[in-house]
Amino acid sequence: MTLLEITLLAPLLGGLLLALLGHRPIAGWINIAVGMATFGAALVMALEVFEHGPQLSAGRMFYIDAFNVYLVVLTAFVGLTTSIFSRPYMRHEVERGRVTDRRLRLYHSMYQCFLFSMLLALSTNNLGVLWVAMELATLTTVLLVSLYRTPEAIEAAWKYFILCGVGIAQALFGTVLIYFAAESKLGGDRDDTLLWTVLHSVAGGGLDPAVITLAFVFLLVGYGTKVGLVPLHNWLPDAHSEGPTPMSAVLSGLLLNVALYALVRVKMLVDASLHTNLAGNLMMGFGLLSFTVAGLFLHRQHDVKRMFSYSSIEHMGLITFGFGMGGPLATFGALLHMTVHSLTKSAIFITVGHACQLAGTQRIDQIRGLIRTQPAIGWGLLLGTVAIAGFPPFGVFISEFLLLMATMKAWPWLTIPLLVGFGVAFAGLARHVQRMVFGEPPPGQKPVEANMLPVVVHLFLVLWLGLAIPGFLARWFEQATVLISGASPL
Amino acid sequence: MEFAALSLYNQAIILFAALALFTSFIMLAQARMMPLIFTFAWQGLLLTVVSVLVAIASGHPQLHISAAITFCLKVVVIPYLLYRLSARLNMQYDAEVIEHPTLLLLGGVALVIFSYHVSQSIIHLSGLATRNTIAVSMAIELLGMLLMCARKSAVAQVIGFMSMESGIFFAAVVSTYGMPLIVELGLAFDILVASILFGVFFFHLRDSFGSLNVGQFNRLSEANQPMPSPEATEPSSGERS
Amino acid sequence: MDSQLTAWALAAAQALLFIASAPLLAGWLRRVKCHMQNRAAPALWQPYRDLAKLLKKRMLLADNASWLFRAVPYIVFSAMLLAAAVVPLVAVNLPSAAIADLIVLVGFFALARFFTALAALDIGTAFGGMGASREMMVAALAEPAMLMAVFTLSMTANTTNLSVATAYILQSGLVLRPSFLFALLALAMVAVAETSRIPVDNPATHLELTMLHEAMILEYGGRHLALIEWATQIKLMIYAVLIVDLFFPWGIATDFSAMVLAVGVVAVAAKLMLIAVLLVVWETVLAKMRLFRVPQFLGFSFMLSLLAMLTHVVLETGG
Repeated sequence: MTLLEITLLAPLLGGLLLALLGHRPIAGWINIAVGMATFGAALVMALEVFEHGPQLSAGRMFYIDAFNVYLVVLTAFVGLTTSIFSRPYMRHEVERGRVTDRRLRLYHSMYQCFLFSMLLALSTNNLGVLWVAMELATLTTVLLVSLYRTPEAIEAAWKYFILCGVGIAQALFGTVLIYFAAESKLGGDRDDTLLWTVLHSVAGGGLDPAVITLAFVFLLVGYGTKVGLVPLHNWLPDAHSEGPTPMSAVLSGLLLNVALYALVRVKMLVDASLHTNLAGNLMMGFGLLSFTVAGLFLHRQHDVKRMFSYSSIEHMGLITFGFGMGGPLATFGALLHMTVHSLTKSAIFITVGHACQLAGTQRIDQIRGLIRTQPAIGWGLLLGTVAIAGFPPFGVFISEFLLLMATMKAWPWLTIPLLVGFGVAFAGLARHVQRMVFGEPPPGQKPVEANMLPVVVHLFLVLWLGLAIPGFLARWFEQATVLISGASPL
Repeated sequence: MEFAALSLYNQAIILFAALALFTSFIMLAQARMMPLIFTFAWQGLLLTVVSVLVAIASGHPQLHISAAITFCLKVVVIPYLLYRLSARLNMQYDAEVIEHPTLLLLGGVALVIFSYHVSQSIIHLSGLATRNTIAVSMAIELLGMLLMCARKSAVAQVIGFMSMESGIFFAAVVSTYGMPLIVELGLAFDILVASILFGVFFFHLRDSFGSLNVGQFNRLSEANQPMPSPEATEPSSGERS
Repeated sequence: MDSQLTAWALAAAQALLFIASAPLLAGWLRRVKCHMQNRAAPALWQPYRDLAKLLKKRMLLADNASWLFRAVPYIVFSAMLLAAAVVPLVAVNLPSAAIADLIVLVGFFALARFFTALAALDIGTAFGGMGASREMMVAALAEPAMLMAVFTLSMTANTTNLSVATAYILQSGLVLRPSFLFALLALAMVAVAETSRIPVDNPATHLELTMLHEAMILEYGGRHLALIEWATQIKLMIYAVLIVDLFFPWGIATDFSAMVLAVGVVAVAAKLMLIAVLLVVWETVLAKMRLFRVPQFLGFSFMLSLLAMLTHVVLETGG
């Protein structure tokens, strides 16, 4: 059994086991154990890839290279820490009466299935399977979003289902078009035409530009919907605000990354066969639009989880913009930003989850005085916000700085909207968070049971990445950068 | 190629493709629940027939599997599920009010023209005599999307979703003789799960909103919320303290 | 020179046959309908008797009827006569076909309708005005649909000449053109609307709320009414023959030998009888629509013809 198989099978079997087991107090622990197994296998596998280069599984079903293996590790890691957070959190939700035991079983099972679908999407070599896995991720998260069964949750889940359904169908059409282009190039009677490795090797020889362009537009719309790029972002704040908080953390921290990963994979194909900047320019346009619009929307939010989901849209826009720009520096920055954003945003959602339990509401104007009632949560939220807003010494600052540098080199004029966007987003976050953290706590506000370990670990990692990127990690990012942009930034 | 010079098989493929496109338009204009579901089943049947014809005309026996999948899902399972659900929810005789039906149909025509225009640039890659049907498959997909966007009933949205899926499946059949088997099976699995989920959601929707009209969804709308209170706008001096 | 003369003679004979058999088609239609609805059927030649009776009757004109009112029946009848001369009934390639093409044919209909409406307004009764306005509404919606369907066919045949188009379709044999299917449906719906059949109009009623065509000709009597009734029957026949010609041309004569012509007569008679039966079934199963639903009905037919055009362009050309 290879490490990859363990990485994939652990969450799948874990999900099945949790579904069969039903609700027991031990379910939360099993969830964590499965997360640990996944993370451990992913980590060892990553080290192997790091040393021996890309791996192609037998039968060529799976392909692991520097780019996706680090996302696999990130996914497994955030999946693990969030499961650690979710055990006390969900127990508290049961006590508050928001979920029943039966739903908790659904929650645990779907949580692992969701992780499985993301890991499958990341590691598969087949563009068709990638699509299937993305759709599977949608289906599992729809169940998670509607977990509370309130009218709002149902509405959010329905919107999510329909909008992502429409979006992802476009991506399937794009995949069909890519298959069409590849098949007319390679001949019809082979069954490996949809494998990414095969496609990438023939792309240089020129797949038909018209078909590939069209395919990319469809794929951008499709996976872009899941990334939360702006005209198609409507589902994202709803789903984040109405689902359980651990789900918001993995949705924001991981699913958006995975969707963007799919987009970047496709962009690599398109770039190789088109030799123009078309794909990059489209991504830059949509990324910048999302970045700006989401920053503005931050200001008018009443719901704290909604607000941070807009912040996710903003950061995904920035990363898309970075990948779109495409030089080694920008790609390096975007990869780093993907990592630090995942870590920071899931830490924030974890803190916000506890804060909401503390205040008994998600409304910003009713959450007050966190730092006095429970300093751990208050400081966590404050530091997380400072980190996500891009303040030194946190890692977000470094990645944003790199992206700004790259922009200044390639598109000097675009640094102005970027800088303005940073300012606007910071103002939006600060005006809300400052009053939640400080402010006068309402009478009778009591601390809640909270496990702040994941937050500490995440923020520590982000801080570390901000102070000094460890050598092996830097080389790792460099390998991925070379893979994506074709040149090294160092 | 001159149309009359094609073999009868190919002509039949094109004819049935056109009929499937026609059913998309019917669905766009059909306000009543039962006929909508039946039209969808008809579309599935037409596409199944096309798949079988393509399989015979091109000598690709694996397309029979696609055809069987399409038949099972789009003609039997999903319409039956939708039928049973609307009967259970006692809404099989409901009709929704379609706003601007003429505009909707003209929009559909525009989408057909658009997909024709788009597919013109790509069909030269295909050596098939029936390659013009790629435009039709794209049109069916886009019309399904239009149906989803324009209609307020949850059932109509589901049918639009499934119709989109049918269009894409059809595109795969006529452009590349179907996708690799594993992808097709995965796809079928996803669609099956999705249709069951949709069914579950119908009950949730009815329990929460009293009907399947999603047009009344506005709890999460930001359009009519005020800005947060003005005292919040003061600069945050305490941020880094 | 001689063959030219024969051709013209044949053309004239065909036109005469056309207008002479139009009441027969109406009679057949009425008979089948009665059978279908379990009523006692009138004789097949009852329409001829009606026309003869009307022709013999004294004319009664309103006091304020102008010359227009008196001229309109002749205008309408001659428009239909000309239209009938253009449509190949038994044989194609007749010289009369060159007089006018499909677009002019639509023009003839429009001309007749225009003058009927004017005459209806001329007397100044309430019914006339109402009928005229309704008829114009139907026409405004039906004409684009018909033209679009006709264009689709002429795009396929590369001609707008009806006779040439028929010959083209005849010699191309069985071709499963989706555009033809849609055009056929569209044209059939337009024909139903234009010839005032159920569900758009009911030719057998004089109820004020439902009348369209009948409301316009209420003031006519005697010879005038006979001409208008006859013209209406010819119009129905033209539509039927048009559909038969364009979509099922098999059997029509392409040369002028007696045998072939005889086959042509028999074939067209059989096809018209069949079409009449279909029309009767259609009229029996459907109820008349409310007037406000008519735009939807015609909108659907327009959409069909648009779809016909689209499928022609998308699926049947190029590639």
